[in-house]
Amino acid sequence: MAKLEVNLHKLKLSNPVLTASGTFGYGEEFDDFIDVNSLGGIIVKATTSRHREGNPYPRMAETPMGMLNAVGLQNKGVDYFVEHIYPKLLKYNNCVIANVSDSTVEGYVEVAEKLNSLEHISAIELNISCPNVKEGGMAFGTSCPSATAVTRAVREVYDKTLIVKLSPNVTSIAEIALAVEAAGADAVSLINTLLGMAIDAERRKPVLSTITGGLSGPAIKPVALRMVWQVAKAVKIPVIGIGGISSAADAIEFMLAGASAIQVGTANFVDPAVTVKIIAGIKDYMQRHKIDDVNDLIGGLVL
Amino acid sequence: MKKQILDLRVLSNSRLNHNHNLLELGCADPLPAMVPGQFAEVLVEGSVSTYLRRPFSIHRYDKAANTMHLLIKSVGEGTKKIASLKPGSTLNLMLPLGNGFTITNNQEVLLVGGGCGIAPLYFLAEQLFRKGNRVSLLIGGRSAVDIMLASEYRRLGNVYITTEDGTMGEKGMVTQHPVINQADFPFSMVYCCGPDGMMKAVAHLAEGKKVDCEVSLENTMACGIGACLCCVVETHQGNQCVCTEGPVFNSKKLKGWTREIETACSLDN
Ligand SMILES: Cc1cc2nc3c(=O)[nH]c(=O)nc-3n(C[C@H](O)[C@H](O)[C@H](O)COP(=O)(O)OP(=O)(O)OC[C@H]3O[C@@H](n4cnc5c(N)ncnc54)[C@H](O)[C@@H]3O)c2cc1C
Ligand SMILES: Cc1cc2nc3c(=O)[nH]c(=O)nc-3n(C[C@H](O)[C@H](O)[C@H](O)COP(=O)(O)O)c2cc1C
Ligand code: FES
Repeated sequence: MAKLEVNLHKLKLSNPVLTASGTFGYGEEFDDFIDVNSLGGIIVKATTSRHREGNPYPRMAETPMGMLNAVGLQNKGVDYFVEHIYPKLLKYNNCVIANVSDSTVEGYVEVAEKLNSLEHISAIELNISCPNVKEGGMAFGTSCPSATAVTRAVREVYDKTLIVKLSPNVTSIAEIALAVEAAGADAVSLINTLLGMAIDAERRKPVLSTITGGLSGPAIKPVALRMVWQVAKAVKIPVIGIGGISSAADAIEFMLAGASAIQVGTANFVDPAVTVKIIAGIKDYMQRHKIDDVNDLIGGLVL
Repeated sequence: MKKQILDLRVLSNSRLNHNHNLLELGCADPLPAMVPGQFAEVLVEGSVSTYLRRPFSIHRYDKAANTMHLLIKSVGEGTKKIASLKPGSTLNLMLPLGNGFTITNNQEVLLVGGGCGIAPLYFLAEQLFRKGNRVSLLIGGRSAVDIMLASEYRRLGNVYITTEDGTMGEKGMVTQHPVINQADFPFSMVYCCGPDGMMKAVAHLAEGKKVDCEVSLENTMACGIGACLCCVVETHQGNQCVCTEGPVFNSKKLKGWTREIETACSLDN
């Protein structure tokens, strides 16, 4: 029997496959297609301190092997989350992780504090890397002092596992990773979307209402893989790999580069059952390579 | 209705004009139950520029025959690939998605379709006809070649046609046709699908006649199941996903689509 359990700080995941925030709704959107409980865990869409309407339509542009989005953190705010969404998440007995975003340090702290008391939310992922909001978001994740400040402030009010999600829109992602590790992060996840742009030449107009947006999907995988490898070498805390993962082979590549777990994002849109196929594919790979414990894959790149 | 992902077989593919194809699809297993207005997300394999699925309205669904049809307008890589499928090939669909039109009973109703906007209206006309409604269908296009399937629709009700160049039916836009401008408006409900500008104009006309108008929106989508929040439309209750709250909306719900509610709202502020 292949052992698929992995640990992320205090979290025990039944397998290394998680879903990426903003691409898996609150889980229920996928109940028709898969048994959500069979995943290692789910990371639900971003929660901010206040209700946010997000950006105007159009918010999406398809690009070769990927897409740009400019959703802009549309959500009903943390109080609504606690009252109306959290109860619906209780049906999931795997690891349920909330994604926390805001535009001020106080906002992040307010959300983290309110989520701290929710027993069934076993960790938070601090999104300091959203490219789609005017203020805050990515701004926190692109300089060491601001990444440190927000991580430290949240660490003070949050007792459980604190994951910090990093932006790829920086010169040295390893430096930011080291800064948030020093500020108290228990794990890092990467990457969030890459800042990009699409133009409709016929109309001479940008496709997105916000002009620029975040690129995701298979197109970003090589960049993500490189960054995971660099960060895993630099930090001691666990690394969660994200970026264009759509098959078991992709997931295994990220683990070999040093990821303890992975998140599947945009691929969920193409095949809502892709996550369970990835888990099956990982088992298959382990059997073929006579690997009993999936942990043996982590950082197992042969140089 | 549980959403499913199915591999369907192309039973036939007929070319209706220079850029429209009608695909008949079937399956060994029973197709899920579908209602008019719902759509499917179709996978286009083998191309880097069509990574995401493409949404298409259910044009027809025949429960007894276990078949369904899609009406495809070729506009880009994905639709061209789908339109070129040979009978016997397979197509992967996620369905049924979204909510359908309101099906009235024993009423006099008007359906308005512009160009490819007639796609969801066949299934709708058929259901309305079955429920004892008197169906009138107004089809608009640029030219005679753009008017498709009129004879099929004639079996379900009265068909009226407009073309911008006057090569078929009345010359002009659908909103200029006498049937929609009758002083004594006989219809208790209007259904519309087509370009946004046309739908807005029809919604305004219906509003002037104090009749509800349901429109089917075609916002660009990434997931089709409410997971990405990319397809939103502004409603009086805030942004809503077209894929899960629509694609059919009562035009009164949509911000900027009605005169009356806009004024009422500005008074509130
Ligand atoms: C709910 C819904 C129902 C639909 N029903 C039908 C239908 O029954 N029959 C049909 O032919 N089409 C329908 N469409 C539109 C169809 O999904 C698009 O035309 C298709 O996705 C284009 O794919 P492509 O790869 O050919 O074009 P692309 O190469 O992706 O784009 C080519 C051009 O088409 C435009 N385009 C792309 N997507 C859309 C869109 N959603 N709406 C308008 N323009 C678009 C692009 O801006 C671009 O200029 C529907 C859309 C929605 C959201
Ligand atoms: C539509 C969409 C919405 C997203 N929303 C969020 C979000 O709310 N919070 C967040 O941290 N990341 C968000 N992301 C980023 C993803 O979680 C992920 O980091 C990124 O898409 C890269 O992974 P992928 O290539 O597998 O999609 C979003 C991505 C997409 C495509
Ligand atoms: S297309 Fe993803 S939410 Fe509607």
